Amino acid sequence: MKHLSHQLLLMAGAMSMFTVACKPGKVNNALSGDAAQRVYVAPGKYDELYMFASGGFSGQVAAYGIPSGRLLKVIPVFSQNPENGYGYSEETKPMLNTSHGFVPWDDSHHPELSKTNGEDDGRWLFINGNNTPRIARISLSTFKTEEIIELPNVGGNHASPFCTENTEYVVGNTRFSVPLDDEPDVPIDSYKKTFKGAVSFIKVDKNSGNMNLAFQLIVPGFNYDLAHAGKGPSHDWVFFSSYNTEQAYSLLEVNASQRDKDFIMAVNWKKAEELIAQGKGKKIPAKYAHNKWNDKTHSATSTIETGTVTLDIKDFPGLVYYMPCPKSPHGADVDPTGEYIAASGKLAAVIPVFSFKKMLDAIDKKQYDGNIDGTPVLKYEAVLAGEVQKPGLGPLHTEFDDQGYAYTSMFVSSEIVKWKVSTREIIDRIPTYYSIGHLSIPGGDSKKPYGKYVVALNKITKDRYLPTGPELAQSAQLIDITGNKMKLLLDFPTIGEPHYAQIIPADKIVKQQVKFYKLEENHHPYATKAEKDARVVRKGNRVDVYMTAIRSHLAPDNIEGIKIGDEVYVHVTNLEQDWDVPHGFAIKGSNNAELLVMPGETVTLKWTPDRIGITPFYCTDFCSALHQEMSGYFRVSAAGSSVPLVFRLGENPVKEQ
Amino acid sequence: MKTTTTQSSRIFIAISAILLSGAYFLPLWRILLEAPQYPEGLELKIWLTGLSGNIAQINGLNHYIGMKFIVEADFWEFKLMPYIYGVIVLLGFITAYFNSTKLLWIWVICLVLFAIVGLTDFYLWEYAYGHNLDPRAAIKVPGMTYQPPLFGYKQLLNFLAGSFPDIGGILAGTGGVIAVAVLFYKHRGRTKQTKQ
Repeated sequence: MKHLSHQLLLMAGAMSMFTVACKPGKVNNALSGDAAQRVYVAPGKYDELYMFASGGFSGQVAAYGIPSGRLLKVIPVFSQNPENGYGYSEETKPMLNTSHGFVPWDDSHHPELSKTNGEDDGRWLFINGNNTPRIARISLSTFKTEEIIELPNVGGNHASPFCTENTEYVVGNTRFSVPLDDEPDVPIDSYKKTFKGAVSFIKVDKNSGNMNLAFQLIVPGFNYDLAHAGKGPSHDWVFFSSYNTEQAYSLLEVNASQRDKDFIMAVNWKKAEELIAQGKGKKIPAKYAHNKWNDKTHSATSTIETGTVTLDIKDFPGLVYYMPCPKSPHGADVDPTGEYIAASGKLAAVIPVFSFKKMLDAIDKKQYDGNIDGTPVLKYEAVLAGEVQKPGLGPLHTEFDDQGYAYTSMFVSSEIVKWKVSTREIIDRIPTYYSIGHLSIPGGDSKKPYGKYVVALNKITKDRYLPTGPELAQSAQLIDITGNKMKLLLDFPTIGEPHYAQIIPADKIVKQQVKFYKLEENHHPYATKAEKDARVVRKGNRVDVYMTAIRSHLAPDNIEGIKIGDEVYVHVTNLEQDWDVPHGFAIKGSNNAELLVMPGETVTLKWTPDRIGITPFYCTDFCSALHQEMSGYFRVSAAGSSVPLVFRLGENPVKEQ
Repeated sequence: MKTTTTQSSRIFIAISAILLSGAYFLPLWRILLEAPQYPEGLELKIWLTGLSGNIAQINGLNHYIGMKFIVEADFWEFKLMPYIYGVIVLLGFITAYFNSTKLLWIWVICLVLFAIVGLTDFYLWEYAYGHNLDPRAAIKVPGMTYQPPLFGYKQLLNFLAGSFPDIGGILAGTGGVIAVAVLFYKHRGRTKQTKQ
């Protein structure tokens, strides 16, 4: 008996060893041995690169230092930001105006650095608002959103805002085709007839950066996903990926995944520009907001535009060609030479790489494979340079390094695959944690990639960090690509969804930083440039408070004679003229956020007092040793009360004569 | 003006006068302030004709300790100095032209007097700003005064204050040293030779 039990135990032991041995080993996580050293940026030292990552559903952009992964700043773009008053102050509210009125949120997807000669120039960052179609331009000398333009005739501005080689244009295209704005009320099942795509070309002024909706191309009602402009030889073209060429309008999950091939749409923007210049465009009514920030008045204005110029591609042969691409392509990525276009069919088993030269040839020789509403579809084999075989599952996006390699993200198999552009041969693969979407290499979509790192932008983190309940952070992973084998260096959580990021050497940004605004250049209509001019003015039930802030007091700090029914506008001017001395401003019970006022700037908080009594206000940004003293009182009296309007500030013993 | 000297001493005197005239285009002195919150430092530059640098920031900080605002218009020196100094520089060129020992003596004495009077005046201003503090100031540290050093570094609460000659001052100083050296080496030597 005892003997038998021993035998059984032995067998069980052997069995368990066998099962363990049989389980396929997990892929080595390829963590670099010197990772800590590679990402350590000593206290007080600067990072080598800036990474600008979209916040996805946060609607903002975040700036991180690379290689440390340190969060440097969240730049408010499409969403209100109570932290600094963006979208709450009177000056910034117009930035979030749209043809639908004030929209306090959006879904920001693709940051795009402005380019000169196909290289990132560090002047501006563009980003799309996906939900209420918009494109924003951020100044990289102030890290402020300077302009937002809405796009008409579009539903879901996803294939955006990729820019041409010299930022002549940034583009936008619809992810959810819709009927054009001037014929809106149609049955949904008339999709094939009435739903259209509208490719927006936004002209960018090369000095001011000001954007203008130059024209829109009317294209078939597909879903347009992403785009990239050509460079070098392909300078005149932009390539858009499209899916749902089935034109399904219900249960897209299934119905938009039926065809073996969808399309890469090649658009000759130079030709479109010529046609527009020749007056071939058709002006149609449209309604969209155009919001501009002015650094001198420290205020935004919003204008509602009323028309757009369109070109229906049906009427202009030679403007657009389709290249068949396997199964619902996502990215359309042009390599640094401008010759190869890698398109990743997210449900496909291969990554097709198209040749621009072959595309021109096929157009010349009319190697067509049918047409879509008269627009030629080029033969797949005729335009193909080659395919990357068995890259992995769910290829999405490709970026390029400076050594002739491409890196493609694999959503389903959760990895990055490195392959050689010239031979399409797979060199290496590395797991990501988990479900990578976009990936980013410094300058990876430009003519001159900086290389060195690839950042994986992941949707799922699950067990990667200390748990924080059901809602978890998404993440970025820094991977070294200097050697043949990719090596994981760092894994850090991000704000919102780090949908896509662009990375640029820090020196291109650092040298142009604005440290504060000059008071003498402040042309805000309610600016108060000296404390002696601080005052309170009543006009009917509107009360304007001309307030100044300097360490460590607000002037005036006693205000009486405010009445129920008043609308109080407090215009706070920060008189400081030094770097990193902001002042904050908040009022008890105000149905609004706080303000952060940068040195030399004027910002306005609107307050509607709701009750009689004494209401304190104070500086919210810990500015100095006597910050806690930086406060004051409003006295609010009953409507119709006879309390006179008075304001004062205690006498300061030391001041300028 | 009997005693004439070699051509080289004339050149040296001329160089000295040129160096001195540099103070018209370059700052004479600088006061530096460094604190944990100001790693880049704050600077006050003193010119023959006025002040420059981070005056507004320095005034902004000084108000906590009740120090009087530093305002250029409060200094009579900036109105007078350019003329007095101009006469001295002109005298230098005249000395170089005539190359006379007697003139050189007068010039060197003028220079030394100017330096002594200037530095004393500077010290008195520093004393006045550092000691005449408003009794209602927010920050009062018993026994503490805030007079910056005449030369070198001194810790004043969280600020390390430094006081040094600036380029114009260094050039002028070098000019002065050259003038004295010419007087002692060339002209005295020359006198001895004449006696022999």
